[in-house]
Amino acid sequence: MGKKSKRAEKLNLPLALEPTEASERLEVRRTAKLYIGGAFPRSESGRSREVKLAKGGVANIAGGSRKDLREAVRVARIAAEPWAARTAMVRGQILYRVAELMEGRAAQFRDDLINHGSSKSDAATEVSAAIDRMVWYAGWPDKLSAVLGGTNPVASSHFVFTLPEPTGVIACMAPESSPLLGLVSRLGGILAGGNVAIVLASESAPLPAVTLAETLAVSDVPAGVVNIITARRAELLPHLVRHADIDGYDLWGCPDELLAEAEQGAAEHVARVARRPYGVKDRADAFDGERGERIDGITAFLEMKTVWHPIGS
Amino acid sequence: MPSEQTPKGAAPRRTSARAAIEASPAPNATVAPASSGLAGSSPWAYAPAPESREIVTIRQRYGLFIDGKERAPSGGEVTITYNPATEEPLAEIAKGTPADADRAIEAADRAYRKVWSKLHPRERAKYLYRISRILQERSREFAVTETMDAGKPIRESRDVDVPLAAAHFWYYAGWADKLEYAVPGRRPEAHGVVGQVIPWNFPLLMLAWKIAPALAAGNTVVLKPASTTPLTALLFADVCRQAELPDGVVNIVTGPGSTGMSIVTDPRVAKVAFTGSTSVGVTIAKGIAGQGKGLTLELGGKAANIVFEDAALDQAVEGVVNGIFFNQGEVCCAGSRLLVQESIADEFLARLRDRMSMLRIGDPMDKNTDIGAINSKAQMETIGELVASGVAEGAEIWQPACDLPTRGWFFRPTLFINVAQSHRIAREEIFGPVLATITFRTVAEAIEKANNTAYGLSAGIWTEKGSRILQVASALKAGVVWANTFNRFDPTAPFGGYKESGYGREGGMQGLHAYLRSS
Repeated sequence: MGKKSKRAEKLNLPLALEPTEASERLEVRRTAKLYIGGAFPRSESGRSREVKLAKGGVANIAGGSRKDLREAVRVARIAAEPWAARTAMVRGQILYRVAELMEGRAAQFRDDLINHGSSKSDAATEVSAAIDRMVWYAGWPDKLSAVLGGTNPVASSHFVFTLPEPTGVIACMAPESSPLLGLVSRLGGILAGGNVAIVLASESAPLPAVTLAETLAVSDVPAGVVNIITARRAELLPHLVRHADIDGYDLWGCPDELLAEAEQGAAEHVARVARRPYGVKDRADAFDGERGERIDGITAFLEMKTVWHPIGS
Repeated sequence: MPSEQTPKGAAPRRTSARAAIEASPAPNATVAPASSGLAGSSPWAYAPAPESREIVTIRQRYGLFIDGKERAPSGGEVTITYNPATEEPLAEIAKGTPADADRAIEAADRAYRKVWSKLHPRERAKYLYRISRILQERSREFAVTETMDAGKPIRESRDVDVPLAAAHFWYYAGWADKLEYAVPGRRPEAHGVVGQVIPWNFPLLMLAWKIAPALAAGNTVVLKPASTTPLTALLFADVCRQAELPDGVVNIVTGPGSTGMSIVTDPRVAKVAFTGSTSVGVTIAKGIAGQGKGLTLELGGKAANIVFEDAALDQAVEGVVNGIFFNQGEVCCAGSRLLVQESIADEFLARLRDRMSMLRIGDPMDKNTDIGAINSKAQMETIGELVASGVAEGAEIWQPACDLPTRGWFFRPTLFINVAQSHRIAREEIFGPVLATITFRTVAEAIEKANNTAYGLSAGIWTEKGSRILQVASALKAGVVWANTFNRFDPTAPFGGYKESGYGREGGMQGLHAYLRSS
């Protein structure tokens, strides 16, 4: 630098416009922020923490606080009703659009995973599986009532039907060890059912969740439908599970030692809880096509509504 | 029975049987001018709003789509497809022969064994999603092509046919990797090669109803479009190319009915799906009898649209108009019989005539057109013949005063009153903009009359009373019952008939079942 190259002299470029050699160029780093209400705020607490990256360098990850969490619940509640009111087909199309955009960012997702210690081939597998999982969920919204609902042949002159409806605002503690596929496997179910989500990202490997937030922000998913918080999960969990405006908890990623406390908190306001069976590791679960793609991921956060109507002239 | 009453706004038009037939090609001279501002006079006249044709390139000649490639027909013969609104030839279409059908079936069979059946269901799903997306992206092109080839109003092809076709591919894409949820307790298995024959009234939509569930279930397809409306099916071949669908998974063979018969009777075709007239459906069912094939038939209809005295009348008028004049009445589930309760018949018919007087008949490419062109000259003649029989058998005919284009095949919307259940216009499917009115007094009589038909495809109920809707709906022998609405279609909702309207359902989870083996 400082001396014009032959090429720059030939083109008569001023020094400022001279291209930098790749080896000399300084990388522009991404600031990894929270994702709340469609915006990317830093934590109100002003905290961030350093995560070392396998490819070199570090990332500063926003350290979400209890107040950030409360703000996420507030905007999620506002987003819940309009999201549930979209037609099932439109919700499916929006999830498919997320898959389309994830495909476009596949390289970045792979990089994120490699930076958190995945091998190249593991990262490639996880990213492909995560995109396909999102496509799998995209097909569900317009089929749920056919598969889960139905009419009830009651013994009186009434027409009685039962159909599923979304539970509402769901907090998701994303699986720790498959930070992209695990997250998509749980989040996809919450959204396909018509719920909105507040996600606590994987603590040891938060970057794929940050990239997913950046993907969602340019997708057709309305602001507030998905909110992603990076944080010390043990710190936030007690507040999360006791927040009375959260209707359900996906605790697939909750460490065994915190699970009892989490379920107690949820019980206080009769929130629904989904958790992995004791002894099942979250990573194995997400990567197993049979177990990863199952309707339980959606039914956990559906309410069943039964309607009675008389039949007569 | 209701007395004939002249509604304000429209001059009555009574015609002899002969005049009714001749009315449509050049009717202007005999039509009395509209008397009120409601119908056609200048303050309400719309400026022309034609859709541009520029988005469409129609080639001079189209071949068959076999094994992923366009092929000339083995016999070297072509037929012409016309624009029914202008009578202009649009393109030369390959006249596929039994040898071409054989070649297409061979390609479909090979594609099934070597590629499609070996693909993970999730990858099948992704192909179908691609197709759906491409249809959405090229929707205007499809809509304009459909309107030019079929004569239906651009408003309908743009807002109904094409979006619904894309939605069908979308919906069944999602099923491709979830089949075990559609057939709980057994392993879902495809048939193999499916043979499909579709009609001319909804050319692209019927293609979607057929191909989407077939591919989702894991079958490969040989499809024959109707001879008068092949263009969107051939444009769909280009969608398959763009989606990089493996060669031979979808094959499109144009040609006459005999080519369709050689497709469905071929022993390599394991399942047959047909939409069209009951008589052809019977021929197909007979033709494949004893071959052990799966068969679904979606045939004719003579739907009753039942208006009870407590109905919201204006909504009911709108629904009845939509029920019979949507797509010029060329709809198998059209509400072609109006059953109106005697106590409100006069009032209802007056409002109905008023509304009919405001329908815009003409250039299908105009965005304000309500009723476009009849699909073919042959269909014009069928409609004319049945309308003449109505007059001859003693029903009273009424048609609104309106100008019809001087070129093209247009039929004036037609209302019959004082129709007896024995009249041909009350029994036979007309497949045109012709409504036959019958009155009733009690709920039981309405049900009796509605079910008094060989068909059983659809029905409509208009009442503000929920319990009556449910009682009447359960008593009607019809596969689709619309309550306080009519002609609604959605990929999630099964469609199909009772009785001579056929068997099997298309759409919904039930629509998958016919495409999965029951072993």
